[in-house]
Amino acid sequence: MDKLIVTVVAFGLIAFISWWFFGKHAVKEVAANQAADQQSVDVEVSGGYSPSTVVLKQGIPAQINFNRKDASSCLEQVVFEDFGINDFLPKNEKHSVTIDTSKPGEYDYACGMNMFHGKVIVK
Amino acid sequence: MSIKNRFVFSLIVSLPMLIEMFLKPFGFMLPGHEWTMFLLATAVMLVSDGPFIQSAWAAFKHHHANMDTLVAIGTATAYFYSIYAMLTHQAVFFESAAFVVTFILLGQVFEDRMRHSASGAVEKLMDLQAKDATVLRDGRLVSIPLSDVAVGDIIQVKPGQKIAVDGVITEGQSTIDESMVTGESMPVTKATGDAVIGSTMNSTGTFMFKASKVGDDTLLAQIVEMVKKAQTSHAPIQRTVDKIADIFVPAVLIIAIATFFVWDVLIGASLVSSMLFAVSVVIIACPCALGIATPTALMVGTGRSAKLGILIKNGEVLEAANTIKTVVFDKTGTITAGHPQVTDIVGDATQVLRVAAALEASSEHPLATAILNRAKTTVVTPAKITNFAAIQGKGVQATVDGHAAFIGNDKLLTDYTLSAAEQATMEHLQQEAKTVVIVGFAGKVIGLIAIQDAPKASSAGAIAALKREGLRTVMLTGDNARVAAAIAAQVGIDDVIADVLPGDKADHVKALQESGPVAFVGDGINDAPALTTADVGIAMGSGTDIAIESGGIVLVKNDLQDVVRALELSKHTFKRIKFNLFWAFIYNTLGIPVAAGVFFGLDLSLSPELAGLGMALSSLSVVASSLLLNRTKLTSAPAVTA
Repeated sequence: MDKLIVTVVAFGLIAFISWWFFGKHAVKEVAANQAADQQSVDVEVSGGYSPSTVVLKQGIPAQINFNRKDASSCLEQVVFEDFGINDFLPKNEKHSVTIDTSKPGEYDYACGMNMFHGKVIVK
Repeated sequence: MSIKNRFVFSLIVSLPMLIEMFLKPFGFMLPGHEWTMFLLATAVMLVSDGPFIQSAWAAFKHHHANMDTLVAIGTATAYFYSIYAMLTHQAVFFESAAFVVTFILLGQVFEDRMRHSASGAVEKLMDLQAKDATVLRDGRLVSIPLSDVAVGDIIQVKPGQKIAVDGVITEGQSTIDESMVTGESMPVTKATGDAVIGSTMNSTGTFMFKASKVGDDTLLAQIVEMVKKAQTSHAPIQRTVDKIADIFVPAVLIIAIATFFVWDVLIGASLVSSMLFAVSVVIIACPCALGIATPTALMVGTGRSAKLGILIKNGEVLEAANTIKTVVFDKTGTITAGHPQVTDIVGDATQVLRVAAALEASSEHPLATAILNRAKTTVVTPAKITNFAAIQGKGVQATVDGHAAFIGNDKLLTDYTLSAAEQATMEHLQQEAKTVVIVGFAGKVIGLIAIQDAPKASSAGAIAALKREGLRTVMLTGDNARVAAAIAAQVGIDDVIADVLPGDKADHVKALQESGPVAFVGDGINDAPALTTADVGIAMGSGTDIAIESGGIVLVKNDLQDVVRALELSKHTFKRIKFNLFWAFIYNTLGIPVAAGVFFGLDLSLSPELAGLGMALSSLSVVASSLLLNRTKLTSAPAVTA
């Protein structure tokens, strides 16, 4: 009987893990708050970036305000490869990153170890 | 709480458990045994392990799993099982949970420290900047902060001071140590009209200079910007690694569950040992060594090359530099100095130069500059002249020291004759594609001067070194075939493509690419398309901005030996990346079956504590191996200067 329970639980867990991590889950896109000559968006850093995809308008100076809540050393750095940005995010503090919005496109960013990913869409 | 404090805390709290583990065989027990263990482990779990669990949970909500997930699940399993075991009076494993946390934090503390030392190159570069400058304002010298210096300011630099920004000397002269920017260890002498680089060290004299570039435009600021971009970039090989890392953690969790299932249900081992196997799998598999294998090597490699005056723009260039089969050089300004120089003087050198310089002093011919420069460097004072006159299409003549003197090309030979020996020398020099001028004094020819855009001193050695590496060398030039062949023979280049129109350079590079990846070395505006087309574009730092922008590698020193060094450093760095990845992969792929108990029959297995220690060691070894790049010997490196 014990063995049966273990078997069922084990396979159940495997199925759940496969679905949770490998399955397709919709990613929410969030647009930046627009002002006349400035746009900004807040991104919370906790086990990833939320929202992980932000949309910026082309040609308007933009800032992404990161706020790291997570103690993981993985997430303490944010790297925008395309812009040459490699910033340290102080814990529980707002840290702004200025994004060059002159060219439209999709720009990926990641944590220092490239384990967590986010995306900036300029259009 | 910082990683270090978390480590210290868990180390102190784990110590009593460690002592008990060693002294247990001798009958020693902690007072209150299981309950004490429970309290100590709980403290570790809350204080040191808490952030791992928080981070794992936050990642889980994002459908992500990372190394914190593995640590959290591994330790939590051991801890909660032990509580259950304690209540049902079975063997407990509180120490396992505590030790794993301690070891992993130990690894992170070291990793943190080493990562910072790897990324220190950029900060060290920025520290080179002067803090303030002595500027001429309203006729008085005032000291102002660096940020207030504007283009056009006249700045005074005293011996031992740092030069604040880029500019041109307006007054005075000095020797300047530019090693921090160019990597060149010999100080250079500079006088009025020479360019100085911000952040370099003035050594002997006092001089004034006019600021031409400030703030983000200075060479140093641009170097810093480039190095930063290179260090945050990823080599293409990293993308494969990322894909693997993304599915790695969930896959490990599945393997751990399967391990437990196989041992418990199929083999029928005890619940305790089945669980220990599963926990070991989770702990050993932390893929952080994999994650840092590429970035740390890239950081150290690009940082070191920047110190040598070689700026590698990104990881892609670095990876491409490894596959290069052919190196194509632009001629003018790349292999050669880019301006005509006196290469040979036939006859009494001092006398010939003295007369020639006197005659050319009033001439504006480009060849005249070459002769005057030579007179200046060999410290020959030109004679005084009168009755200066140009002979159309032939040369110039004047009265020097009371005698008629002339300088000109071989068309003058209708008026004067050369000896047979001089005639032979002249023809020989002309065959080397040199321009020969004849110098006459008091009615007879006293010597010949040969002028050529000569190869840089380092070119022949660099090309020989590339050929030793098995690379094919090609020279592309717009010059005619005779000049091109002469230069090619002097430096020992394999193939020459002459008479190339400026717009066709890129097409020639493309054609050469058919036989393998090509590196192109150039400096001019017309080289920009070829620099972009080539698999690796190497721009001379003295070149035009557009060439520097198009190149993937920039050589600050304009020395062709740096082409060799750049390729060699790229190779070493890339080799190190592959080496790191190999070990990180091997570690995980071999570690998992061992931890899962596959080799249990051979008495080979891992306890969760050992797995935690191994996992810390693997990250450390990867970072240490990257840092070793700083010590890798370069065959082409100059004598190392501290």
